[in-house]
Parts: sequence; structure tokens; C-alpha cells
Amino acid sequence: MALLEIKNLHVGVEDEDIKILNGVDLTLDTGDLHAIMGPNGSGKSTLAAVLAGREEYEVLDGEILYDGENLLELEPEERAEAGVFLAFQYPVELPGVSMTNFLKEAVNSVREARGQDELGSADFLQYMRERADMMGLNADLTKRSVNEGFSGGEKKRNEIFQLAMLEPKLAILDETDSGLDIDALKNVADGVNKLRSEDRGFLIITHYQRILDYIVPDHVHVMLDGKIVRTGDKDLALELEEHGYDWVREEAAAAA
Amino acid sequence: MSTTALDTSVRPEDRFISAFEVNHGEALNGTNASISKQRTDAIERFAELGIPTNNLEAWKYTDISSVIDRPYTLPLAPERPSLDTDDIAPFLIDDLDAHRVVLINGRVDEALSDIGDLPDGVVVSSLAQAGSTHPDVVEEHYGKYADFEDEALTALNTAFVQDGAFVYVPSGTVVEKPIFFLHLTATEQDLLLQPRHLFVAEDGAIARIVEAQHSLSDAQTFTNTVSESFIGEKANLEHYLIQDQGPSASQVHTRAAQQKDDSVYTTISATFTGEVVRNNVTIEADGSFCESNFYGLVVGKDDMHVDNHTFMGHVQPDCSSNELYKHVLNDESTGVFNGKVFVSRGSQRIDAYQQNDTLVLTKDAEIYTKPELEIYADDVVCSHGATTGQIDEESLFYLRSRGLSKRRARILMLQAFAQEVIDEIQLDSLEEHVAERVRTRFSSYFA
Repeated sequence: MALLEIKNLHVGVEDEDIKILNGVDLTLDTGDLHAIMGPNGSGKSTLAAVLAGREEYEVLDGEILYDGENLLELEPEERAEAGVFLAFQYPVELPGVSMTNFLKEAVNSVREARGQDELGSADFLQYMRERADMMGLNADLTKRSVNEGFSGGEKKRNEIFQLAMLEPKLAILDETDSGLDIDALKNVADGVNKLRSEDRGFLIITHYQRILDYIVPDHVHVMLDGKIVRTGDKDLALELEEHGYDWVREEAAAAA
Repeated sequence: MSTTALDTSVRPEDRFISAFEVNHGEALNGTNASISKQRTDAIERFAELGIPTNNLEAWKYTDISSVIDRPYTLPLAPERPSLDTDDIAPFLIDDLDAHRVVLINGRVDEALSDIGDLPDGVVVSSLAQAGSTHPDVVEEHYGKYADFEDEALTALNTAFVQDGAFVYVPSGTVVEKPIFFLHLTATEQDLLLQPRHLFVAEDGAIARIVEAQHSLSDAQTFTNTVSESFIGEKANLEHYLIQDQGPSASQVHTRAAQQKDDSVYTTISATFTGEVVRNNVTIEADGSFCESNFYGLVVGKDDMHVDNHTFMGHVQPDCSSNELYKHVLNDESTGVFNGKVFVSRGSQRIDAYQQNDTLVLTKDAEIYTKPELEIYADDVVCSHGATTGQIDEESLFYLRSRGLSKRRARILMLQAFAQEVIDEIQLDSLEEHVAERVRTRFSSYFA
């Protein structure tokens, strides 16, 4: 059974007559890493938002099965508990919410949902230190409020750090590479590579091919106007880099 | 006679005036000349001013006259409800190692107090007692900072003054442990109380005062408190106030402070309950290089109404003031904030900051906020801001996407909002006490 199965997904914005996704089909097996590429406005971030459960989008048609279950019926926190993780394109600053308290609650709520014991304070801090080490995250950041005053790169690293803490089955990275300098890009990619495993699937959404130099995808999809118009292997990303999106657009138009 | 039932057949002002006349000449609080000579002036001024109505700009959003116009009893001589330590236990603060004074209905209860050893020269007592033991200190400071010329309720308090708390920290003295005043209302009758406090920190003194107001009764009460603080040169006074008297208690609480050169005064209030609560906070920085800090936290529920009315008077140069009031308003609760900053001509190089932030959680909760700047100097930095909003949806989604329930996410966001004020509490035990109380309140919002 596929980890994630998206079938003919049509999505609009609630209360507005706007359609963003126009029949997306995608199947992701556990252990695989898929990349979705596309120009701005193609709908790829909307797909990530719908997967994570953002309420402002309305699913007009189609379905999403996660582990064979209807994902759309779950609240955002239930998705997290079930093992879905979204690394935000724009991580939110939460002044006054300490990283430690926030992560402890988050980790323990997903642990509870998985039938694991809650971590006590000492065990949690130990676990957090290990994961920060593994992800190359400056441990000082865990002593601060969530994302408050973090640089752009630190925020993105923090998303991958949270991914490592929560150990999801399906990790969705929404333009995690955008705005990063070369060191942060390598660091994020390195973190993702460490977290790739047989029992975890990745869906990486990106505008550019560059991150795929460091994270080698099993499958690459091109999204245009709310549809996946082309699917291939890692070479497809290189072709896009060379020829741009116009080439796919013309091809898609010709096929239509 | 120990009490006077106010005559409700006449207008409220006249009830007080006739009660004053009936008791005129009675030694209400010992024989201190400075206290008694102001009394006659005060009742006259009260008669002229009248009880404030909503027609006055300063009272536009808080209807205090209908709260005062109720058939209260006015206690004029010491009442001693028999209470024991079990009665006060629920109101003590865990791990707060303090010089403790318990006041019942505005009067010091020596049996329940535990003042312990104080540094040489430091006095913690009732104001009535201080009137005879330290008449010079009382003479120098009493009635000097809480002006009743324009404040009818300060005039009323001054006219009927009986007792309250007194602290005197002599020059250069450090009081290491906080001084904790537990104000309890214990009554079967509907009561009108007018405690009067005087806190004096002389030059170079350092002290922390914690006041907590609670009630053992469901009777309707109105407490008209006036407290005056003096902070001498290079002195540092922290002044905390927890307001938690329950839903049938209303109050006007006037806190007036005067600072001298190089001093620091910090006052923080946290308001948890009360039918109508009005805080008049006035700080006058009458010295250069003063630092004045006032912070307030209001966690509203049901139909409680809390009005923080603040005045920062900069009358000398080179001072700074920081003011931050935060409201979280649930149910049908109302918050009012008015913050006036006054900078006199010649008070150059003033740095004054004021901020009021509110989260309104329901459509029936309301906030009225108004900054007022009156600046006559030209080399000053004064900033003010006010925000009103709901819990940020994007932040909630972020927390939920990490596995926190909607309820937990909301509580965490509210705590984070309140934290900025709680962080200003320098006493760890008090900080934890307030944080816990705030957590419990926020949890109850989404039960």
C-alpha cells in the first residue's frame, strides 16, 4: 500500500471563486523521496497546505489517502500524530513560547498517539540535545522562543530539526531551500539525507533544481496550473534547470 | 457604634457627608495630627467634586457611581472577625519567604501576621500605629503624593481614613525578604472599605512589597484603597499587586508614587477577578535619572470590568519610563486602558515608552484604549502603541501541525502573550504563583 495517494484532487479557496489545484494525481511509497517542481503560482505550496490541513482551502473533488485512510477527515494535530509533518515555507515566530516547552509538548503528543511513553524532562532534554547535534543545530537556539529573532537560515534549519524530533512517516518540505545561503542549503540537505529511511517518505516542493544536487530524488514531478504535467526521475530536474518551465508548458499545451 | 449603615434614601454623596458628620470628632485612627487635619478639607473637596460619572472623560468607560450607590455598611471602628491560620492558608504564596502582614477588612490582624525579624530601623506596621510611633515620617509623606484636589475617591478615602499598611525603610537599608501584605475581606454584610497605605523607602533603600487582595465572602464589597509610595534618591522599590477579590467585589485602587534622583520604582499589577476594578496609577519622577516601570496584566472572564488608568509625570530631565499593560479578555469582560505621559517644560532627554496590547477572545468582550501624551519639552523620545486582536491563526496552525491540540495551542499562545508581563516579576516565587494562576485561568477558557 502506498504511503500517500492523491487522486484527482481539485482545490479552491474557501468562499472565493478561485481554483488552484485542477486534478492532481500522485502516489508516494514509503522510503521514497519525491520532488515537485514548478513555477510560482503553479499550486505546489497549496498542495502542501492541503496535506497539512490548512482550513482556508476547500477540497472540491478527489481524495487523499494516507496509509490507506482518508487524510482529509483529520484535524491538523491528528495528521501530526499520524505522522505527517510539514516544514513551513515561512516558519512562524512565537515570542514567549520556549522551544523546549513547545517541542516537549509536540514530541509527547505524537509519542502518546503512537502508544509510546511520554518523555520526562531529563529524557526529553537528552533527546533534544542528541537531535540538535545530529542536525548540526546550534543548541543555543533551543533555549530561545520558537523562531523569534532567528535568521532565515536558522528558521529553515529549525524546521528540519523539528522533523528530526518528531520522526514523521511523511515529511513535506515546502520550499525549504528558498532564501538559503550555500552553507544553510547544504546543512538542510544534509539533515534531510540523514533522515531518509525505509519507513519514511519525503515530498519536497521546490522552485529550483539546486537542492536536488544535494538531495537525490527518486521521482520528480512538474506542476503547472494546478496539475502534474510531467513525471520523471532526477534527470527531469536537470532538464528543467537547463530549459526552464516554458518547455514543459509548451509540451503540455500541445498535448492538451 | 462600630458601623454606620449608609442611608440609601439620599444621594450617595450625602450619605458619606452625613456619615462623616455623625462621626466627626471621633478619633478614628489615633491622634495623628497630620492625618486628622486633612480629613475636613477632604470631605469638603469630596462634596464639591461628587462621585465621578461617565460624563467625566477620565471615567467615560467605567461606571463607578452605580457601584458606589449600593446599600453598603461603612465600618468605622475596628472589627475583628475571628479567623485563624487555616482561613488564610489558601491565599499564601508558595515559597514566598516574606515578612507577612495580614489585614482583615483594611485593618492589621496581628495574630495572623508574621513579620519576623526586620533590619534595624525598618518598620512594618499598621498606619494607625505608625501615626503615633513615627509621626514625623507620617507627617512628611502622608497625603503628599495622592492628591485629592481632582480625585473624589482619594478625597473620600482621606476623609474616612482609618488604617492600612505602613512600611518605612530608612536611608541606605536593604530589606532582603519581600514584605507581603495579604488583604482579606471577611464579612457577612455588604461593606465599603477604605484602606490607606504608606510606603516610604528613604535614600538608598531597597525593598520589595507584595500585596495580594482576596475575599472570604460573597457579600458585595467596594474597596476604595489609596496607597502612597515615596522612593528616595538612589532607592529601589518594587511594588506588586495581585487583585483577586472575587466576582462580587469592586474597587478603586489608587497607587501614587513619587521618586527622587537616580531612583527606580517598578509597580506590577495582575488582575484576576473583580466586578469593577479601577486602578489609578500615578508616578511622579521628581528627580533626574529616575527609572519608572509600570506593568499590568488583566485576565478577564465573565462580565468583569477592569480599568487601568495611568499617569506618568516627568517633571525633571534625564529620566526614563516603561509602561506595558496587557489584557486577555474572554466572555463578556471589558478592559479599559488610559495611559497619560506628561513631560514638563525643561524636562529634557526623557525616554518614555508605553504599550497596551489586548487579545479579545469573544465578540462580547470589549477593550477601550487611549494613550495621551502631553509634552512640553523638545528633546524627548516618547513612543506609544496599542494593539488589539485575536490569537494569531497562523501561529495556531503552526502549533497544531506539530501535534498540539487546538486547545493546548490556544492556551500556549495566551501564556506566551501574558509572559512578557510575568517576566518582569523579579521574585521567582511570585512569578511562578502568577504564572500558575494565569495558566489555570487560560485552561478554564477552553474547558
